[in-house]
Amino acid sequence: MFSRQVEVDERHSITIALAGNPNSGKTSIFNALTGAHHKVGNFPGVTVEKKIGYKKIGPYDVTFVDLPGTYSLTAYSPDEKAARDFIINEQPDVIINVIDSGNLERSLYLTMQLIEMGVDFVIDLNMWDEVLEMGIEIDTDKLSQLLGAPVVKTVGSRRQGIDPLLQATLSLVGNEHDDPGHFRHRHRGGYHHHPPVSYGPQLDDVVTELAEEVSKCKGCSYCSNPRWLSIKLLEGDQEIAKRCVLPGGESAELTDRVRASVEHLKATAHDDPEIVITEGRYGYVAGIIREVMKKPPADRMEASEHLDNILTHRILGYPIFIILIWLIFQATFKLGSYPMKWIDDGIAGLQIIAASILPTNLISDLIINGVIGGVGSVIIFLPNIIILFLGISILEDSGYMARAAFLMDKLMHALGLHGKSFIPMLMGFGCSVPAIMSARTLESHRDRILTILLIPFMSCSAKLPVYVLFAGAFFGASAGNVILSIYLIGMALAVIAARFLRKTILSGDSLPFVLELPPYRWPTGESVVIHMWERTKIYLRKMGGVILIASIILWAAGFFPKRTEFTQDYDSQIESLSQEKSFQSQEQIARLENDRAAEQLEYTIIGRLGHVVEPLVAPLGFNWQMGVSLITGFVAKEVIVSSMGVLYHLGGEAGEESDTLIKKLQDPGSNISRSAAFAYMIFVLLYTPCIASVIAVRREVGIKWMFFSIGFQLVIAWLMAFIFYQIGSLL
Amino acid sequence: MNTITLNKLKPGHSGKITAVGGHGTTRRRLLEMGIRSGEIVKMIKAAPLMDPLEISLGNGHISIRRAEAALISVDVLSAG
Repeated sequence: MFSRQVEVDERHSITIALAGNPNSGKTSIFNALTGAHHKVGNFPGVTVEKKIGYKKIGPYDVTFVDLPGTYSLTAYSPDEKAARDFIINEQPDVIINVIDSGNLERSLYLTMQLIEMGVDFVIDLNMWDEVLEMGIEIDTDKLSQLLGAPVVKTVGSRRQGIDPLLQATLSLVGNEHDDPGHFRHRHRGGYHHHPPVSYGPQLDDVVTELAEEVSKCKGCSYCSNPRWLSIKLLEGDQEIAKRCVLPGGESAELTDRVRASVEHLKATAHDDPEIVITEGRYGYVAGIIREVMKKPPADRMEASEHLDNILTHRILGYPIFIILIWLIFQATFKLGSYPMKWIDDGIAGLQIIAASILPTNLISDLIINGVIGGVGSVIIFLPNIIILFLGISILEDSGYMARAAFLMDKLMHALGLHGKSFIPMLMGFGCSVPAIMSARTLESHRDRILTILLIPFMSCSAKLPVYVLFAGAFFGASAGNVILSIYLIGMALAVIAARFLRKTILSGDSLPFVLELPPYRWPTGESVVIHMWERTKIYLRKMGGVILIASIILWAAGFFPKRTEFTQDYDSQIESLSQEKSFQSQEQIARLENDRAAEQLEYTIIGRLGHVVEPLVAPLGFNWQMGVSLITGFVAKEVIVSSMGVLYHLGGEAGEESDTLIKKLQDPGSNISRSAAFAYMIFVLLYTPCIASVIAVRREVGIKWMFFSIGFQLVIAWLMAFIFYQIGSLL
Repeated sequence: MNTITLNKLKPGHSGKITAVGGHGTTRRRLLEMGIRSGEIVKMIKAAPLMDPLEISLGNGHISIRRAEAALISVDVLSAG
């Protein structure tokens, strides 16, 4: 640990962490403290989001860290573990404990654990305005005295009380002094001691005795706080026990001692020690509440209950939910399609301009098609992401998201999912990328993974042109029904896959669904915009680069190697035809160029890969062109139809409604049967949506699950296409 | 006094928690959310599909599935 006894002029780097329950308004305090300049990353080893903000205050370079919102600091959920590990390993100088003042009792439960850990903290009684409205009277001086920490009142959403909060926080950053029993040995500006948490005489004695024993052991750094360590050992915290009990005689003795204490507690208190300790903490909190709560609260949920009488009404609840979600969906994908079109046109325009300026060679090809095209493939998702997260932020901040989970939980639970999984899954019908990103709203890691693995089953809008082309070409009048059946098959398979995954790799106890339904609150524009901007920044910074590189690589694979010898001398033929300037010659030139493009694509890496996978897709009834298009489809599903156009010598502009392309597919020479066409749609439905979605999975749940997701989708796509093709061929 | 499990408490009725059952993570999680012996809970309503339930506890509302509510015993206090 570095010393803080430094020269006067020198700047001090300090870390301040924010801890608090979900719905405590922690994020609004964080925003008010740091402004909008955040860095978002992950806590080490886990995909739990870590928000960091920097600010220079007086002589301090302050790093603010927003810990995940938790009710407790055990190691049961990744969020709690991340918060706890940060406090233990990074030893922040001060912790701001953000508290929902209207729900003091439950909030202080977490505070008890901060006291146990012996960290320095400031109590931030947030949403103080609600306390005033409710007519609660809280004796903050008394609270401060009882907790041994400064207490500050704030209204984070209106930035009230932020300066006093900061002052109180910085007042704890002071001179060092020896204070055994704490991770940091420092003097805390007048607040020398948090009185230890008392769990009642029975347990207190056990803890004190064990702490004495622990303080004899000098095995590891945790021993600097024997009381906390004793509690963790009594709770049977495996992780701490593993790290604490080091090789050596003393630890074996200690283990025995812990076991004896646990047995003793079980015998006297008739319950597991961890339950007794939890009860003890609440008992202590209840004592504090009795002393500081001068006037009991009026029911603050009254207004919310009135709203809920409509919003979660037995009959009205669902229509309202459907309308709200439909609005967000439409805004995201319909409204979003306009800026997407502008981006598309802008990129195309840029490519034309670049082509007119740059000489014709490989480098300019790379710039025009690889780089500019690649940038286009990154920013094309921005409108969707921005609008969707604007909607989600409003749902979250208003408190409606918890009601949505309340309404949908029964249905989603049948799939082994959480009520909150509904929104990401639904958004999957629009675009997998923002849908995968929105799975962040799920607290449980397992729920998040399962939801992300299931999103690709919801047929995204980019797959539709493929269905339109194939259903139109092979199913004529019943094309509409065929396309509908594809969507339904996707959803049905999602149900089966969910059950399968829950029984196999994602089995085990899921966290119980105990969800707070916070009071309805008006979302503030600022916090909504900051949240939206954060998501956008994550997308651009953490995913944009990788998507760009991957797009360029895939583009290069479809472009190189360059063919120099063609079956005919296209160049000279085109040259001579262009002299004629007649209508027929123009047509002939176009045909020659398309033929050349087709020959070129066959020659490239992707074209060759197409031949490699030919035997793999043959059992599905796919021809070579279909196989190649599936490979180019990894870039994005939009590319499948244009690849088909190129491969059938029609050029890349042939769309899904191109009559000539449809005729080519129907031509017996193409050798595509109806069942093969259906199997192809099934395959497109089920395999990896696109490179950007793959990168999104990696970002959200890590590279292991990214590869699993790719493999899982490919296997299911192949199997289902095989089954449908073989059955279809029999009929 | 009439002791029942929380999932059987009628909307609008209150009860005093007498025991929280279950094991491991589930029980702990319930306790951490403040669902513990001695607390007064009020049943607000069930979701439209009958599950989960909305209960009032302390100064907040909590949504909980029937399966978990069945682990909690309450003494019925009153209607209202």
